[in-house]
Amino acid sequence: MPTLADLSPGQSATVTAVTGAPALVQRLYEFGLIEGERVEVVARAPLGDPIDLRVGNSRLSLRRAEATGIAVEPT
Amino acid sequence: MPPLANTMQNPTLTVALVGNPNAGKSTLFNALSGLRQRVGNYPGVTVEMKKGRFTADGVEVDLIDLPGTYSLAARSPDEMVAVDLLLGRRAEEPKPAVVVSVVDATNLDRHLYLTSQLLDLGAPVVVAVNMIDAANAQGLTLDYARLAEKLGVPVVPVQANNGTGIDALTKAIRAAAEGGAAPRGVAFPPAFDEAANELRAALGSDLPPVLLRRLLIDVGGYVEQWQTEVHGPKLTDALAAARAKLAAAGHAVPGVEARARFAWVRGAVAVAVARPAVKPVTWTDRIDAVLTHRFWGTLVFLVVMFLMFQSIFLWAKPLMEEISGALDWCGKKVEGAMDGGPLRALLVDGVIKGVGGVQVFLPQIMILFGFVAVLEDCGYMARAAFLMDRVMSKCGLSGKSFIPMLSSVACAIPGVMATRVIENRRDRLATILVAPLMSCSARLPVYVLLIGAFVAKPGGSAWLPGLVLFGMYMIGFTVAPLVALVLKKTLLRGAPPVFVMELPAYRRPKASAVARRMIGAGWAFTLRAGTIILAAMVLVWALLYFPASHPDGGDTYPQRIEKAEDAAKEKEDRLKELKEKDEKSKEKPEDGAPPPPQLTEDEAKELEALEGVAGLPDMLNGEWKRQSALGRAGLAMEPVFRPLGWDWKIGVAAMASFPAREVIVGTFGLLYDVGEVDTKAFSDPKKADAEAKAKAAGLTKAVQDDWKKDPIRGKYGAPVALSIMVFFALCCQCAATLAVIKRETQSWAWPAFTFAYMTALAYVGALATFQIGKLIVG
Repeated sequence: MPTLADLSPGQSATVTAVTGAPALVQRLYEFGLIEGERVEVVARAPLGDPIDLRVGNSRLSLRRAEATGIAVEPT
Repeated sequence: MPPLANTMQNPTLTVALVGNPNAGKSTLFNALSGLRQRVGNYPGVTVEMKKGRFTADGVEVDLIDLPGTYSLAARSPDEMVAVDLLLGRRAEEPKPAVVVSVVDATNLDRHLYLTSQLLDLGAPVVVAVNMIDAANAQGLTLDYARLAEKLGVPVVPVQANNGTGIDALTKAIRAAAEGGAAPRGVAFPPAFDEAANELRAALGSDLPPVLLRRLLIDVGGYVEQWQTEVHGPKLTDALAAARAKLAAAGHAVPGVEARARFAWVRGAVAVAVARPAVKPVTWTDRIDAVLTHRFWGTLVFLVVMFLMFQSIFLWAKPLMEEISGALDWCGKKVEGAMDGGPLRALLVDGVIKGVGGVQVFLPQIMILFGFVAVLEDCGYMARAAFLMDRVMSKCGLSGKSFIPMLSSVACAIPGVMATRVIENRRDRLATILVAPLMSCSARLPVYVLLIGAFVAKPGGSAWLPGLVLFGMYMIGFTVAPLVALVLKKTLLRGAPPVFVMELPAYRRPKASAVARRMIGAGWAFTLRAGTIILAAMVLVWALLYFPASHPDGGDTYPQRIEKAEDAAKEKEDRLKELKEKDEKSKEKPEDGAPPPPQLTEDEAKELEALEGVAGLPDMLNGEWKRQSALGRAGLAMEPVFRPLGWDWKIGVAAMASFPAREVIVGTFGLLYDVGEVDTKAFSDPKKADAEAKAKAAGLTKAVQDDWKKDPIRGKYGAPVALSIMVFFALCCQCAATLAVIKRETQSWAWPAFTFAYMTALAYVGALATFQIGKLIVG
């Protein structure tokens, strides 16, 4: 299963599972990153990390280490 | 009998303002309360909340602006303050009669999540839908009546930055307070409520239902930590059992909450918000195509940082000079108006110089806060953190620490204050604790004095002085990240921090909001830190002033110095005349000209005597400082300084520079009998006048001569000078920084820790420098 960290800028996907430390998972949920939500990778920082993500109408910065815990289904 | 006066008075209504960061909460707070604001601090935590007052339909309203948050799931004491306050569990504030939930009209899908948590609190809720202009611009159509119906609470559209809808909001607040009805919260699956009730029964707990929910949902959260302390292992077992049961039923925490709430939010948004068929490309997307771009984004970032850095360094300088000029003038006025004695000395050398030492930081603080406010309000701060995150993650921090660390190269004080942009408490503390290691501008005069005296030698390498100065700056740049890394692995270790950060939409910053932040930062520094700095300065002044009596009895040292100065002044003209003659007598006559007139024997004797008279005040001053309380302490502590290659004079100067590093230059001047030396002569020789430069040259020479007489410092001058420089690069001899750390952490423990670890680091660094240098030279 690919994760959010595998997507390139411009690619969209649907979240299928959110895993990681409880505090991280809860924070991701609070930002609206829940199973079934559509996400798009907007950009990557110049040094490759973190990534810039669109969720709903908001934009989030997420480190790759955190993004690898989010399984996605590319669309 | 008339009713009691207080029942006649309208009661005050307490209202809390809650919202996500970037919901425009501060703007709404300012629009509601105008200038009637103050800052409330809460013991034991580092958060501060703004409080404002306004009148709604004749009722006085106390408005509390809670820190921006995405959720009520508290993970730290700081986050718990907001939750406790909303539940009326803090002694400082009454339970809010109404909770105003501020949400972003363009982003209801996410902002209403927090609103749904607020509905559980039991207090009436009013939803203020902010930034309706931006929603219109994006082609969104909002039906506020249907939204209110779906949410079950009043909804008021507002545009906080121009005051639209503020009247309607105050009316709604008033009506909600009178209605007093508790909203119905979001329903959780029945299995969840069952588990919560079983947990309550198992513990015999009297937690409010909201906190019981948080206990069950927030794995490792604050409520769990707190309740574990209360109930011990009984809680751990009951909680694990309840969570396991929920997971088995397909309602694992924390997902159960997110699913229930987002389903509710989506239901409301689906009927109340109509979106355009094609999503328009927003300005934010267009701007970000450049600002987060690999090349252009980095370039813009470097330019912005350079501008910010230059402005703290350069724009602040003329203002700082104005301030110190004005205080010098004040000091001279007081000196002229009062008779001599300890009181005048206290006023002139203790208080006025102390106030100067405080106010001199104001321009830097206000300029940096102007920058921080603009960068934050327009949304660029999050992009800067995004760009620098990778670099800062190497030392265990996040991109948000970059600006505070960079500003600390100009001055740690505004740098420490700028850490407020870091939400993560451990990251913020780590940044505060290492910020004073960055080489600030106050270290420069120390470096210049010592490099000038012992490193730069006539005929020596022209590169060496610059290289040594560069090395001193590099010490800060390398040690600070290392210490941050160590702190994050030891003292500030904790659950892996979450670095999810919102990149908010770009917005035009409001000048009045920026001005408010600048003035707020200036006041906070002056009032809260200023008093501590002043106290430290007066204390060190007193330790160098007393005892003032001369061992021979009779006149005290200051009296003797004043008399000696008068005597020197009387003979000033004659001394000058003789000196000129003496200098001329040594000139080589031009060919054929008669030799210049020589000094007679009497004149030569007179010149020598007069030079003694002129030097007497500085001699007395040196003698006085050496026998002062601090001087004696330094003498007693000489064994401590010896391994660093220092004598007691250097030790006293280092201790006396506790209020501020640059004070060491002045103290050296006193201890080496050359009188007061203006620091500026070393840090900015272009601005110093001829007299100050002569004094500075005199000090350099006096230190050189004194060290030549000593077997250790005579032979190892350069290693000793380097050892002093390394000490000052690493130590925290800056009362202002410590006072600001106290203010920002709301505790004396952190400034004490900072001082202790930096002094230890400085001592070890200086020791290693001298011992290794000795080996190389020897």
